[in-house]
Amino acid sequence: MTLTPMLTRQWAEEQSWTLDTYTSGGGYRALTKALKKEPGDLVKIVKESGLRGRGGAGFPSGVKWGFLPEDDGGPRYLVVNADESEPGTCKDIPLMMASPHVLVEGVAISAYAIGARHAFIYVRGEVVHVYRRLLNAVKEAYAAGHLGRDIHGSGWDLELTVHAGAGAYICGEETALLDSLEGRRGQPRLKPPFPAVAGLYSRPTIVNNVETIASVPAIVDNGADWFSSMGTEKSAGVGIYSLSGHVAQPGQYEAPLGITLRELLEHAGGMREGSQLKFWTPGGSSTPMFTAEHLDTPLDFEAVGAAGSMLGTRALQIFDESTCVVRAVTRWTEFYKHESCGKCTPCREGTFWMTQILQRLEAGTGTTEDIDRLVEVCESIGGRSFCALGDGATSPIVSSIDLFRDEYEEHVRLGTCPYERDASVLFDLPEQEGAQV
Amino acid sequence: MTATDNKATVAKDDLVTLTIDGIETSVPKGTLIIRAAEDIGVDIPRFCDHPALKPAGACRQCLVEVAAPDREGNLRSFPAPQTACTMVVSPGMEVKTATHSEVAKRAQEGVMELLLINHPLDCPVCDKGGECPLQNQAMSHGQAESAFVDVKRVFEKPLELSTEILLDRERCILCQRCTRFSSEIAGDAFIDLQERGAQQQIGTFDTDVLDFDGYAPAGHAMEDEAGRAFSSYYSGNTVQICPVGALTSAAYRFRSRPFDLVSSPGIAEHDSSGAAIRTDHRRGTILRRLAANDPVVNEEWITDKDRFAFTWQHLDDRLERPLVRGDDGELHEASWPDALAAAAAGLTKAIRPKTKGAKVKGAAVLPGGRITMEDAYAYQKFARVVLGTNDVDVRTRPSSDEELDFLAAQVAGTGVGVTFADLEAAPAVLLAGFEPEDEGGVVFLRMRKAGDRQQVFTLAPFASRGVEKLDARLLPCAPAAEASALEDLPRDVLAALKTPGALVIVGERLATAPGALSAAIQVAESTGARLAWIPRRAGERGAADVGALPSVLPGGMQVSSAETRAALAAVWGVETLPTERGRSAERILTAAATGQLGALVVGGLTISDLPAGAKKAFAKPFVVSLEVRRSDVHEYADVVFPVAPPAEKSGTFVNWEGRLRSFPTALATGAVSDHRVLDMIASTMEVALGTATIEDVMDEFARIPLDDTHRVEAPEVSAAQPPRGVVLASWHQLIDNGSLQAGEPYLAGTARVAVARMSPATATRLGVSGTVTVKGSTRASITLPLAITEDMVDDVVWLPTNSPGSSPAATLGVTAGDVVTVKGGRRS
Repeated sequence: MTLTPMLTRQWAEEQSWTLDTYTSGGGYRALTKALKKEPGDLVKIVKESGLRGRGGAGFPSGVKWGFLPEDDGGPRYLVVNADESEPGTCKDIPLMMASPHVLVEGVAISAYAIGARHAFIYVRGEVVHVYRRLLNAVKEAYAAGHLGRDIHGSGWDLELTVHAGAGAYICGEETALLDSLEGRRGQPRLKPPFPAVAGLYSRPTIVNNVETIASVPAIVDNGADWFSSMGTEKSAGVGIYSLSGHVAQPGQYEAPLGITLRELLEHAGGMREGSQLKFWTPGGSSTPMFTAEHLDTPLDFEAVGAAGSMLGTRALQIFDESTCVVRAVTRWTEFYKHESCGKCTPCREGTFWMTQILQRLEAGTGTTEDIDRLVEVCESIGGRSFCALGDGATSPIVSSIDLFRDEYEEHVRLGTCPYERDASVLFDLPEQEGAQV
Repeated sequence: MTATDNKATVAKDDLVTLTIDGIETSVPKGTLIIRAAEDIGVDIPRFCDHPALKPAGACRQCLVEVAAPDREGNLRSFPAPQTACTMVVSPGMEVKTATHSEVAKRAQEGVMELLLINHPLDCPVCDKGGECPLQNQAMSHGQAESAFVDVKRVFEKPLELSTEILLDRERCILCQRCTRFSSEIAGDAFIDLQERGAQQQIGTFDTDVLDFDGYAPAGHAMEDEAGRAFSSYYSGNTVQICPVGALTSAAYRFRSRPFDLVSSPGIAEHDSSGAAIRTDHRRGTILRRLAANDPVVNEEWITDKDRFAFTWQHLDDRLERPLVRGDDGELHEASWPDALAAAAAGLTKAIRPKTKGAKVKGAAVLPGGRITMEDAYAYQKFARVVLGTNDVDVRTRPSSDEELDFLAAQVAGTGVGVTFADLEAAPAVLLAGFEPEDEGGVVFLRMRKAGDRQQVFTLAPFASRGVEKLDARLLPCAPAAEASALEDLPRDVLAALKTPGALVIVGERLATAPGALSAAIQVAESTGARLAWIPRRAGERGAADVGALPSVLPGGMQVSSAETRAALAAVWGVETLPTERGRSAERILTAAATGQLGALVVGGLTISDLPAGAKKAFAKPFVVSLEVRRSDVHEYADVVFPVAPPAEKSGTFVNWEGRLRSFPTALATGAVSDHRVLDMIASTMEVALGTATIEDVMDEFARIPLDDTHRVEAPEVSAAQPPRGVVLASWHQLIDNGSLQAGEPYLAGTARVAVARMSPATATRLGVSGTVTVKGSTRASITLPLAITEDMVDDVVWLPTNSPGSSPAATLGVTAGDVVTVKGGRRS
């Protein structure tokens, strides 16, 4: 399968982030087209395109938009979830960095489609450079009449607010994001009511991922058929695959859904020199891990699900045989412990406990009972926590014990980690002219 | 309200039928699974769930297995167990709890294990041990051994949220009941979750973030990372609903084990709400008081005053034996017969002097406002039958003749009127001379529960934080100018008061504004709103009902009517009753001070509650005092009888609704009630008063024929010209220097610090800032920090009525509505 740059089309251009670059490539053409259509038709186009949420869950976007209640004359909102924080996931942030206007245009079209007059982009707090770039893009768009009053002479108004979070993984969960956006403590809300009924400020709200919204202009411009002609039947279109770890050329690769890791690795120059694939995540650290056995699994929602994992955010973290799986899983679990919001018992206490067990195991002071204990604690968390964060925290542990139990046991047996400590994180310095080591 | 209560009133169509552990049940639509299970006696463990709070779904202890029919009607299980405390029932649902489902059992055990890993398991030294939901459910649903061998999370302990409320964070299971109570019920969102993950904890806010000028607690309160003290009149409820031992009160901490305590039901004596309480005592000493669950009155909440102010009765100055003033001018302990003889002699002398030609000065009775209905009955009967006078008045506070007519016409003997339920349901409420938070206790919580459904208007010089929490609209009004304000209410307020169910609530302070009570009646009549009078003290409503007022006989009958007097005389078995309307409390004090009264029978009152000159009233006459503790009256008293505090007797408070709130004896100490003492004095004077027992009182009261035809007309007093100059506004803070709050320093620390309040314009005009000194009619002055208060009426200065450093009546000789002078403050 070849790469199909749609969102990443202009990334390599000079000053790719400016309005000029974007319009020179046909930017905001789709907005003009969209404003000539009825909002309901736009929802239909998105529905027909087969676009599914790119934030991980893969819910059909047009269907989600259809959940909004009838217009009661009161405000309704579009909120873009740009709180990209999943370990390994690196698509929204480079997208907003390289091509922010595709998101702004997507916001304008989507807001028009759902009848929102105020939209928000909730950006992860740590990425100040992205926040600045978005602010600039929004400013440019206002000045050029793509946002604000009477957009493109259509008589339709839209305000777009870019909001920076304060740095919490949980705020990627849509209801926690809404609480945070309202100025409250970011913790997930009880559902129902769902955001489509009572979201931001208790008004009907659509929360979509950056990549989802950014895909809308191309769909409107080229048609639903064009989009659904790519990808698979149920996982239509293209998506950005972020490859990281022990590959020769890590980065973002935009390809039709259903591409395999083997194909992606070809585009990325293969594993780092001389190394063999040991394990990898298809959709970030909260999706159960795969091994070389899954090199040919099509990376779409169905096939990855059937293979026992989740497509998630297409964050392919690739680890070679120099990596201690116990160590990798411990680091991830430390992340979840640090990011657990604390609201519910299983996630709050479970991640706290598992971190200690894993640290012991990694250090070689654990026992075989500890390995069983980990599985048991995971059973106490999975499906029992308030939101999906708890489930996500168990995935790497359960799947790694499934696939690499002997490696855990080896730690116990040897009383130490069998791996050379830093081998997995040492990379050869690429040769550069004039570079001094 | 439980599901059962609902069922009777719910139409069949609105019932949902489901099965829980194989038992079929029908509950109203929208019922949570956990409530439906309670209804049929199926036990589901829980921590964060509380029926009065919104669902949180935080602790996850109540996980159950749920299956429900899909669109085709096929029963489908949810992929994972669901929290019973957040999930609403649906038709055909099948719920299986831990006793019927391995999945639910495993899930609950898992959550219990996780809850305990960071819990210190210090039950043997924890105050909650023995009555702890976590301990109980760990025993019933948990495993015997912990698999946790790692390092527990610890915190510095305890965090002092206030002088009274302590938080041991390591015991906390983060159920958020306390924070939800604080924000949803009390409206004092001073505590909230902080940090995250296992470091998540309950903490307080930064003082700079929430600017509550002048509402800070008086006492010391430790700051956490973010730094702010927990300040709330209702904070003790958080201790009671905490499902672990994380929140404790300084007063009870490390004092007792629950299984050593004897619990008795009671009624709180601190305000006119009649909140149900539970008194826990051990070996004759009260250790703590808790809110009892009474859905029609206080639901399950009480004020901190009701909860913590009980130590006064155990203080060293408690009276145990009668005292009689000897020839040396000092009070000496005496036997009951001697004291009764002395009292009888003194009183007889005042009403029937032996010396020929001596002027009959007579005697008067001041029962004080904190008495039970039975005691009030005895006091008024004692006055009328033994002393032959109508000089009896329960209102030892600023009052007026207009108020007396108001009480006679609208309150006395009218039975249950406006109720707490009416208050909650009212679409509009106009408050006049009444601060619900400071003067109403749980009245405030009921109004807050009404939330957005209720429009609140308040006639006051400024919007206090209490009424702000009710989203009340301020109708600015200087003290003593309430009458004109009521006569001239804005049109939209009148329109709101015309909505069915609307209420006009007047407080006892309205008595000091001439014409205001008359105007309030007019407002109620012209709009159709119902009128309710909410006094501050627990005994005033009951006293009005049984006629402890100079113009009212028991049951609201009029002194002025010969017919009613005759009817009452027949029941009492006396020939005649005094015919003249008696003196009001204020007139009694004036008469006594000028030597016109020969004797005073005084119940529970303190001279410092009375205007500055009141001391003189006690110096001249023969004074008989019935008191629990030594008081400033005893400097002048000739005979002192010890009487029982509410905990040591049975009786009835009539709350502001008119509801009888009877309570049994909690501590049987042998201390006697006022009505018994009065009966003994009377019999020593050879009069059968017939008030020896509560049964005697109630039987007799029941025999009095009530005749409503002789009710007096409602007063029609016109408004007075407002005074010129800076006028004093004042009311009691809920927690202050009240004599029933003595001996409880932890509670005192949660009182709001005393401040003087003025509008920015007035402060500027007077050129004052920082602190101000207020002077009245005496040489003394009050100096307090000035809290500039936005939107306050100009030319008004507000002082708390009886707080540390501020008692305007006793110090300045002024009450609300009087003109004072304000200068830049100099700290003495």
